[in-house]
Amino acid sequence: MKREDMAFSFMVYVLLTFVLIIIAFPLIYLVSASFSSPQAVISGRVWLLPVDFTIKGYEAIFKDSSIIRGFLNSLYITVVGTGINILMTVMMAYPISRKKFYGRKAFTMFMMITMFFGGGLVPTFLLINHLHMYNTFWAVMVPGCVGITNVIICRTYFESSIPEELYESASLDGCDDFGFLIRIVLPLSKPVLAVLVLYYAVGHWNSYFNEMIYLEDKVKYPLQVVLRQILIMSQVADEMMLDFSAAEQAQGMADLLKYSTIVVSSLPMLILYPFIQKYFVKGVMIGSVKG
Amino acid sequence: MKTAGKTASALAAGRRKEEIAQVIGRMKKNWQLYAIIALPVMVLLIFSYGPMYGLQIAFKDFVPTRGFAGSKWVGMKHFQTFVTSYQFGRLIKNTLLVSLYSLAAGFPAAIILAVAINECKSKWYKKTVQMITYAPHFISTVVMAGIVIMVLSPYSGVVNNIIQAFGGERIDFMANAGYFRHIYVWSGVWQNMGFNSIIYISALASIDPTLHEAAVVDGAGRWQRIWNIDLPGIASTIIIMLIMNCGHIMSVGYEKILLLQNSVNMSTSDVISTYVYRIGLQNAQYSFSTAVGLFNGVINCILLVSINKIAKRVSETSLW
Repeated sequence: MKREDMAFSFMVYVLLTFVLIIIAFPLIYLVSASFSSPQAVISGRVWLLPVDFTIKGYEAIFKDSSIIRGFLNSLYITVVGTGINILMTVMMAYPISRKKFYGRKAFTMFMMITMFFGGGLVPTFLLINHLHMYNTFWAVMVPGCVGITNVIICRTYFESSIPEELYESASLDGCDDFGFLIRIVLPLSKPVLAVLVLYYAVGHWNSYFNEMIYLEDKVKYPLQVVLRQILIMSQVADEMMLDFSAAEQAQGMADLLKYSTIVVSSLPMLILYPFIQKYFVKGVMIGSVKG
Repeated sequence: MKTAGKTASALAAGRRKEEIAQVIGRMKKNWQLYAIIALPVMVLLIFSYGPMYGLQIAFKDFVPTRGFAGSKWVGMKHFQTFVTSYQFGRLIKNTLLVSLYSLAAGFPAAIILAVAINECKSKWYKKTVQMITYAPHFISTVVMAGIVIMVLSPYSGVVNNIIQAFGGERIDFMANAGYFRHIYVWSGVWQNMGFNSIIYISALASIDPTLHEAAVVDGAGRWQRIWNIDLPGIASTIIIMLIMNCGHIMSVGYEKILLLQNSVNMSTSDVISTYVYRIGLQNAQYSFSTAVGLFNGVINCILLVSINKIAKRVSETSLW
């Protein structure tokens, strides 16, 4: 190997290692801080591993009903919302993937326009109110249920992996479009459906803005809205703080709660992540095929 | 001549009729496709096009009790108020700066990471780097903002602990307007650099390896091959991504900005979208905020179309 190449390889490794440390360090630190005593965190004794191990922060979280309720609300929105998303996305993508569908260009155009121009925040808010959807879960599940980029991913997949001949032979056997979609297209599209489910589900799970403006009752708050109150507005629920003495509270118990909250709320993703990562990568690949 | 013209036009009319009949026949035969698409089209019509109808209140003094039709037309009044208001300059400046800064930092970062990962010869190290760098993408905006605030906290934040360990003074980052843009942009790079690199990694993987082999025979070094083979090979992907990113210039990541915003850093953190949210939903100035939002949307559209045109002319790559 030439000397120049050696130097180059070395630089590549240095760069990648630098990026790796920059990204991994805060993640490790957050987990460690959530298991360390607040005093150790404040005095800067925590660097990589927990110091003065404690699980007080976690105990406090699971005593608090708002986080658990938020979890359940998020779960509901994610499951039902993703179901609606998938239904609508497939119903939009299938017809425009068919060559014999007259008007597919017009329908595609009709859909694409909404990607680049919209009514904006206030008119949408007024509409939701007008339709009496304010303070219902429908307001966060229905309005954005046709995700345009996901429709394009889905359509591209249908076009590229389901040959027209398949339809022709199916129609000779007396299969109509409904039957073809349900019995042939969907079973053949499991990989892309998995990608879409993940995209939509993560979107619902992580979304807070619409939930914040459309849901009024505290009992309807999904996890992210509860997290916003705890992490951003520092409204640590009184219930959580009950067990701590005034001294402990002053010594950054609130911080410990925040660290623990961050870890607990990211836990489902953290556990699922290694398994689902490749599907996201696949989704990006399918989406990048220009169509 | 006249009769010939007449017969020609009659023939054309007949042909057109035939074509229309054919199209209707085709539509009838495929009615199920229209039945399938009807529902999502309805949803788009109501929830995406419906609000566009509501945009008319930008030109009215909207009073909720009177409804859309009952409110008085006021022409461009709200637009004039906005353009001449003292916030106008600040909002435009903040929006553009935070957007362009994000683009300038985040866009090359993803490409550089992709090239580095592509050049990495060790397979497991490559996998590890990809695994770790993609992960932050899945952290929610709220948790991300929470992490930023915690890590930068003047009392217990690790960044200040590091600064102190090196003998520096502790800094209250969030309470200093001057730091806001850096915090927003670099936390964004931290979170999305890895995930944004995926698309370039896949583009790099699809470059014909014989090009590299030929270049090696010709004595090209690795730098030269990156510069003359890899980068031109992913140029069209880069351009598409650039256009798409430019589409978000005016809409920036307001969800994150909103969370990182506080009364102290307002002078640099207030952008058009957060302003619309504040005056529209919190102060209920419906018409005025709709006008501001519309102004923003129109500029965004113009930007996207013109950038697309430029890209088309320069490189024959475009979104449509």
